[in-house]
Amino acid sequence: MKVKGTVFKYGDNVDTDVIIPARYLNTSDPKELAAHCMEDIDTGFVSKVKTGDLIVGGKNFGCGSSREHAPIAIQASGVSCVIAESFARIFYRNAVNIGLPIVESPEAARAAAAGDTVSVDFTAGEIVNETKGETYRVPPFPEFMTKIIAAGGLVKALRAEENR
Amino acid sequence: MGMTMTQKILAAHAGLETVVPGQLIEADLDIVLGNDVTTPVAINVFEEIGKQNVFDKSKVVIVPDHFSPNKDIQSATQCRRCRTFAAEKGIENYFELGEMGIEHALLPEKGLVTAGDLVIGADSHTCTYGALGAFSTGVGSTDMAAAMAGGKCWFKVPSAMLFRLHGKLNTYVSGKDLILHIIGKIGVDGALYKSMEFGGDGVASLTMDDRFTIANMAIEAGAKNGIFPVDEKTLEYIGAHSKKPYRVFEADADAVYDEVFDIDLSTIEQTVAFPHLPENTRTVEGLPEIKIDQVVIGSCTNGRIQDLRQAAEILKGRRVKKGVRLIVFPATQAIYLQAINEGLIQTFVEAGAAVSTPTCGPCLGGHMGILAAGERAVATTNRNFVGRMGHPESEVYLASPYVAAASAVLGRIAGTKEVLK
Repeated sequence: MKVKGTVFKYGDNVDTDVIIPARYLNTSDPKELAAHCMEDIDTGFVSKVKTGDLIVGGKNFGCGSSREHAPIAIQASGVSCVIAESFARIFYRNAVNIGLPIVESPEAARAAAAGDTVSVDFTAGEIVNETKGETYRVPPFPEFMTKIIAAGGLVKALRAEENR
Repeated sequence: MGMTMTQKILAAHAGLETVVPGQLIEADLDIVLGNDVTTPVAINVFEEIGKQNVFDKSKVVIVPDHFSPNKDIQSATQCRRCRTFAAEKGIENYFELGEMGIEHALLPEKGLVTAGDLVIGADSHTCTYGALGAFSTGVGSTDMAAAMAGGKCWFKVPSAMLFRLHGKLNTYVSGKDLILHIIGKIGVDGALYKSMEFGGDGVASLTMDDRFTIANMAIEAGAKNGIFPVDEKTLEYIGAHSKKPYRVFEADADAVYDEVFDIDLSTIEQTVAFPHLPENTRTVEGLPEIKIDQVVIGSCTNGRIQDLRQAAEILKGRRVKKGVRLIVFPATQAIYLQAINEGLIQTFVEAGAAVSTPTCGPCLGGHMGILAAGERAVATTNRNFVGRMGHPESEVYLASPYVAAASAVLGRIAGTKEVLK
């Protein structure tokens, strides 16, 4: 399983309030949430992001509120993967549960700059920054996680398992 | 190898003799909680799972507290979704407007959480119940849905940091100052994935309301949970609020901690967290003049009776500075009523404050106190992220009820010393 796209780069402690401000939490519609994704730290994100693009953050990405609306907004924006130096634990769980791939790699996260082309191979455990010509190793996704991501979330994966 | 308090509670709920940090376990849940923002998403997932009923009608709790009283048509629709779901599934602990309060003040007050419980909630401040000697942690909506369906959740057993408290806090210094001090020291990811365990002889001097405030903000250091040992004060609280059987867990004498911090409580001073992270802390003494537009006293962090008493003590016989808006929101109906009976509400209104029904509204920039661009607030809430209380160019300074009340009187960030002199 592989993704490739252009990097949107942010700093440390990107919290779920800036990923999707609470004033938009009166809906759970992914499209409506995506329309306001990242708007409090990057007003250009929504107009510029293309399907397949990646978000790269620093330490403690996704800290703060437990709102699952945050990874839902990112996913519905077309983002194929989030790379960060580290993730806040609730965000990590939520992202996996909804089928948004996220990868912890301090090296790749620090090196990537906005606009870089980056590809991630989850099964091989490899991040390639094509712009910089650098490759970083990460632990490959375990089988259960690959299944969840491929199915598009935990519940879909469980249902697929039941229907086999 | 000895176990921490958290590890013992997790082991007991997983049916295991022992657990070690990093171990993946599946554990039985005593309470599964959601609010009007996270529950609608969980209902979508619950319907996708396709189960007819929740695992236990008495163990699911739904509290519409975030955008309630309904702030707009979309919020009203979300609250109705919670209400209809609760009615259809026969959920016993659904709290309607009029009986509801801010979830993390309400559950302990109603006796729904007790010592030794294992609780998950689709709200990050679910960690509050660690004050009662319970393991409780925040999750997302999918985890809430799966938990409502099966009554179980998987966990990675956390390692721990021990905060050994000694002595007692000075007058006009509260649990809020202590937890802000700790977050300032270890950072907003200082306890990432770990449990923050509190201990030492100093715990005995902390009131239950102080402990709720401290455990509540464990998440602001990235922690999985915060937890206090059970002592006489805990048992007295539980006795007054809950009929549920409780279980007291104690950390083993040889429990292993990643780090141990010794804190002399008498050295803690009134502390404020500057924008835009709870770790940007400074003591209130010697701050430059920072003028403010709004003060918010309340929330799941500081909306309990002790908090209101402390704010009222400063505001009694004084006025809110002209041009400053003070909003006070008691965390539950019972606290509200007690505050009326004690004359605190009269003090607030006479001082020029607006008093609100319980709601999370202003804390998360939902409603009932939004900030405009360039405005500054002092709040007894828990987060001061960019745009947390409104416009992305507004600012939030986190403080205790004492400091918030003093700041409201002077129209700038100030400690109680400046008002009481």
